[in-house]
Amino acid sequence: MIVTRLNETGADQVAAASAESTVKPIRGAHVAIRALSHTYRRSDGPVLRDMDFEIHQGEVVALLGRSGCGKSTLLHMMAGLTHPSEGEVVINGRGVRAPSPRWVMMFQAPSLYPWMTVAQNAALGLRFSRKTNEIATRVPEVLDLVDLAAFAERNAQDLSGGQQQRVALARSLATRPEMLLLDEPFSALDAFTRRSLQQDVREIARRLGLTMVLVTHDVSEAVLMADRVLVLDANPGRVAHDVTITLKEDARRAGSDAFQEEQARLMQLYTDVAHGDATTPLG
Amino acid sequence: MTAIPDTPAGAFRLPRLGRFRGLFNAVLGIALLMGLWWLGGRAVANDPDMFAFSDFAPGPTLAALWDILSTGEVLSMSGPSLYRVGSGLAIAAALGVPLGIAVGRTTWLREITNVPFQFLRMISPLSWMPIAVMVYDTWDGAIVFLIAVAAVWPILFSTASGVRRIDPSWLKVARNLGANPFHMLFVVILPAIAVDVLTGIRLALGVAWVVLVPAEYLGVTSGLGYAINDARDILDYSRLAAVVVVIGVIGFLLDWLCMLAINKFNWVRETAH
Ligand SMILES: Nc1ncnc2c1ncn2[C@@H]1O[C@H](COP(=O)(O)OP(=O)(O)OP(=O)(O)O)[C@@H](O)[C@H]1O
Ligand SMILES: [Mg+2]
Repeated sequence: MIVTRLNETGADQVAAASAESTVKPIRGAHVAIRALSHTYRRSDGPVLRDMDFEIHQGEVVALLGRSGCGKSTLLHMMAGLTHPSEGEVVINGRGVRAPSPRWVMMFQAPSLYPWMTVAQNAALGLRFSRKTNEIATRVPEVLDLVDLAAFAERNAQDLSGGQQQRVALARSLATRPEMLLLDEPFSALDAFTRRSLQQDVREIARRLGLTMVLVTHDVSEAVLMADRVLVLDANPGRVAHDVTITLKEDARRAGSDAFQEEQARLMQLYTDVAHGDATTPLG
Repeated sequence: MTAIPDTPAGAFRLPRLGRFRGLFNAVLGIALLMGLWWLGGRAVANDPDMFAFSDFAPGPTLAALWDILSTGEVLSMSGPSLYRVGSGLAIAAALGVPLGIAVGRTTWLREITNVPFQFLRMISPLSWMPIAVMVYDTWDGAIVFLIAVAAVWPILFSTASGVRRIDPSWLKVARNLGANPFHMLFVVILPAIAVDVLTGIRLALGVAWVVLVPAEYLGVTSGLGYAINDARDILDYSRLAAVVVVIGVIGFLLDWLCMLAINKFNWVRETAH
């Protein structure tokens, strides 16, 4: 039983598959958040205030913060799905105005289209950006990358939750984005599938040279996946700590001592920030 | 002490027929209907007051039906009717689907149109008859109008409710992947609501087919409704009953075609999650 599950979602397999795959590296995006503040029309105070930070090419950054501190809001702005009320998001030197296939967001639910096959779902970004001639080569490539080549012609509904999230990842990667924006994409999965996907996604992003921004409120997920963690304050959202994770790749396992240490350090910072919020709710 | 029987008594069971059960039951149902019809015919024939109507019984009716079928008259009878229903439905769909999408997507439009639409929907389509006759030069035009008026509501409401049940994340993901409004409509919205639209068309077809016959009682000199009226005028009751059978059979077949289309476009699966 356990052996078959390992074979189904094992990280080693995907790592091996992506090592063989012919996907070319991409130049990751450089992001600058400049004096960004945001107030929703119906909210009393600002949700985000005076955010200023940079994300370097190929970096994996986790945004860690309590529920409601504005993580999704910030990510939507990076994707161009929402506009900040002040300041701007600058990607590769240009202000973000609209969604673009060059920076793709992945959501908590895979949101596949149930009337399409896995391959058709993965091809959507290419179809929408009028690159239909690339579908025949790109789609098998990305499905191979997420280890779902054998499922290409299956209906999207016939896959497990973890497999569906992999299809969503393949769909995001098909347009060769420079940046992936992940909004708690693993939170609906069981612990085992989540762990292996966390490792796979980091592995794939690094292999391709993608910049990746990951929203989470799970400390261990942040330590496992990120090169850098921004711990956010709430009410209004601000960067409270900018933490670099100095783990080696082979120490990025939940069991290792170095991981435990790093996790404890981050957990301390996170709880301090969270408690600070609780005592001064309107900051 | 009574002996415990091997099989539970009481429950009446049809014989086990395996994969032929559905077919067997369908044939059984038809046979039951024919039996009732035959009994009714016997009762009418034995009643001195209703004796004149004994041609409604299965025997004379089936003979008349064979007549209509073998002479090909069935085609010239139903052709105009099918054309009217087809045109009426096409107009209803051309109006109902876009309007339904607009109403389903826009809250203010839904709020404005709700009362007027519910009001208009409850008016029997046939009550537009005098107006339709005045407005249209031809009877054909008037009938197509009546059918369209009857058929537009189920299509509109079914489309609108389908649009409202679209998963908002499908739209968000599409926008995120760079979909333009054309893609939104043809790649996301229409496939998502295909089954709702077809279900609306199926309901509309049922209503249209019902409205058709009384509409054809008036004015026109072709079609199934006219054939019924005509048979009554010449007191040919077996022919009248045969036309009724034709109406039922065609209606059944059209509904069945709709079902086939719905099954083809239905993407809902049984899933474990
Ligand atoms: N459309 C909106 N209008 C008004 N207020 C909003 C809107 N969307 C979010 N908010 C508020 O903005 C704040 C930040 O929301 P956001 O969704 O960004 O939080 P989050 O950090 O992603 O939380 P979670 O971890 O629960 O997903 C919350 O207090 C929320 O109530
Ligand atoms: Mg969120």
